[in-house]
Amino acid sequence: MEQLYYSLLAMLLGVFACVFYFFGSNWLLGVIFPINHVSNQKMAKNIRRAAAIRPWLFLGPALFFLGLYLVYPVFDSVYLSLHGRNGEDFVGLANYQWLFNDNEFIESLINNVMWLLIVPALSTFFGLIIAALTDRIRWGNIAKSLIFMPMAISFIGASIIWKFVYDYRAEGSDQIGLLNAVVEYFGGTPQAWITIPFWNDILLMVILIWIQTGFAMVILSAALRGIPEETVEAAVLDGANGIQIFFKILIPQIWGSIAVVWTTITILVLKVFDIVLAMTNGQWDTQVLANMMFDWMFRGGGDFGRGAAIAVIIMIAVIPVMVWNVRQANAQMEGR
Amino acid sequence: MQSIPSNKSNRVMMSLKQMRRSPLMLLVHLSVLLLVLLWTFPTAGLLISSFRDKDQLAVSGWWEALSSSEQNLIGRTDAPDQQVLLDGEYVLAGKIEDFNPKDEILRFGWTSQEPEAYLAGSVAKMRDGGTLTVAGDGRYSMASPTPFTGSRGNRVFYTALASPKFTLDNYDEVLHSEGIGQSFINSLTVTIPATIIPILIAAFAAYALSWMRLPGRGILIALVVGLLVVPLQMSLIPLLQLYNTIGGYFGVSAKSYLGIWLAHTGFGLPLAIYLLRNYISGLPKEIIESARVDGANDFDIFVKIILPLSFPALASFAIFQFLWVWNDLLVATVFLGNGEHELVLTGRLRELLGSRGGNWEILTASAFVSIAVPLTVFWTLQRYLVRGLLTGSVK
Repeated sequence: MEQLYYSLLAMLLGVFACVFYFFGSNWLLGVIFPINHVSNQKMAKNIRRAAAIRPWLFLGPALFFLGLYLVYPVFDSVYLSLHGRNGEDFVGLANYQWLFNDNEFIESLINNVMWLLIVPALSTFFGLIIAALTDRIRWGNIAKSLIFMPMAISFIGASIIWKFVYDYRAEGSDQIGLLNAVVEYFGGTPQAWITIPFWNDILLMVILIWIQTGFAMVILSAALRGIPEETVEAAVLDGANGIQIFFKILIPQIWGSIAVVWTTITILVLKVFDIVLAMTNGQWDTQVLANMMFDWMFRGGGDFGRGAAIAVIIMIAVIPVMVWNVRQANAQMEGR
Repeated sequence: MQSIPSNKSNRVMMSLKQMRRSPLMLLVHLSVLLLVLLWTFPTAGLLISSFRDKDQLAVSGWWEALSSSEQNLIGRTDAPDQQVLLDGEYVLAGKIEDFNPKDEILRFGWTSQEPEAYLAGSVAKMRDGGTLTVAGDGRYSMASPTPFTGSRGNRVFYTALASPKFTLDNYDEVLHSEGIGQSFINSLTVTIPATIIPILIAAFAAYALSWMRLPGRGILIALVVGLLVVPLQMSLIPLLQLYNTIGGYFGVSAKSYLGIWLAHTGFGLPLAIYLLRNYISGLPKEIIESARVDGANDFDIFVKIILPLSFPALASFAIFQFLWVWNDLLVATVFLGNGEHELVLTGRLRELLGSRGGNWEILTASAFVSIAVPLTVFWTLQRYLVRGLLTGSVK
């Protein structure tokens, strides 16, 4: 309980520090470049000077945190990936050479590609279907909320939920996992699915699809609603049926949003870690890059060189999306 | 004056109506229902299971929670000092200890090798010529030509049709003896400052990037957009090293609450700045310009006008950051220790998955405690969450 007070105190201190910094720096600016009781010429000059400095005061703390916690680490990770396990002796590309000859890494790479192909596609697909269907019915909003709900659940909580669904009891005893109960109901043999390669990968992906479909649905539902009704009406007049309207009128108009959903989930998939850690910890051919990286960070006291090399590989995979995002944002700003 | 609908729009209305009434609509209702059930069943299973009696939970699926289930149980007769001598036989009779009166005994036995050897109500032959009868309602009678000895009663094995039992025992256990209660407080300790601190920093930066004249603004915005997707994995090792160095220099632990608050602040800033900038730059230009004409400087404008107007965006980000920090496992594992006063809920769940992998009563109750807070936030503040998603995704 006591630490909760510390926490509240820290929060107050943090907020106070921010307020103090912003007000204090503003006050200081007023003192250094006074605008009262000075000649008009000087006042104009001081106002200009203060206006030139103030943005940097506003940006200062943010730039400090971004720089320290995100920008510097990118360069340091690249640096570390060229060094040995404690990050001291230079080893050139040895870590990367080791990576590409390591079976676990190849396995992770293949699994990551599978995740990348399946999860964004299915999440977007389900999100789109649900968005389109729920827009037409009266209880659509409740349905949407229920499907959106897993977004609020942690990956580890979701893993427990699904591990329970996949639970396996020996044949003959009552299954308490939903999946095996369904399999048995249809005359199949219950299996310890989590230990069967390939299928276990799919089952882990199901968890992320379950979480991300709600996100896709929210974005796409808003996009669908933004479509001008005249286009649909015109199509109806021309005798298009529901399916034609959906694929030929609606979809082409929301390509932009589909791309947003797709890339956002792609980025998430590249970083997927908690689910694999909790469900299998990379056993039974389910290893992925992020979990392998975490593993090397601590394995045998931690090998920072190899861990950083894996992180760099993840970063390289993210770069295309990053470039695309930045270009989109720039284009949007110029349009404004 | 009411406008008379033209023939054309009339036809459109007609066919739209027809589409709504068609049998296809029934299909739409059914498929949405199916999808909703698919999406909610896993969570429902967790929730229901967490309230079930742990012995029932282990032997039957949660979808059978309301029907009776067969359970193998062990009870005891009364102690031998209760025996009476009746017609030359020593007799011990009564109710089986710990028998739930709502259950019904189906079969019983007196050795662990044959726990289901006899039907309820029949007479079992024990060694030394003794007999044992157990009725369906839990009454037993045991007779023997020789006196019963020992300090405790005989063990009785039985299979009972147990009536559904719901209990809060699982929650009681995880909160008090499995450390979930303490972890709950630890999670709050991490989450509250890590949610509040980045907001102010980001809001000032977002304003500067929206309305202040400064060289390189475009580059800075591009930087923020780029940093949005930088994987956390890149930051872990360099920061861990940095924390170790700083901790070593000052002679304190590298893993501290302060460290994780600042880490979450750093990692949350790109989204915070991006989200707030999108909102703040969309505010009407006239408000800011008229304030400038009135002689207000940017600081006054921000504090007195922009900040109050930005409340919806601030709330959106606060919810995002809260959910993200509360649900985070990676940052907490790397930057916070494993001690009783530091392990957060997600970390504890991970630990329980390892140590209590088969005890579903523990896992389900613990998981539900950990997801209860985000779910509450979700259901009460969903509107802001949706708004945040819509302004926060790169378009």
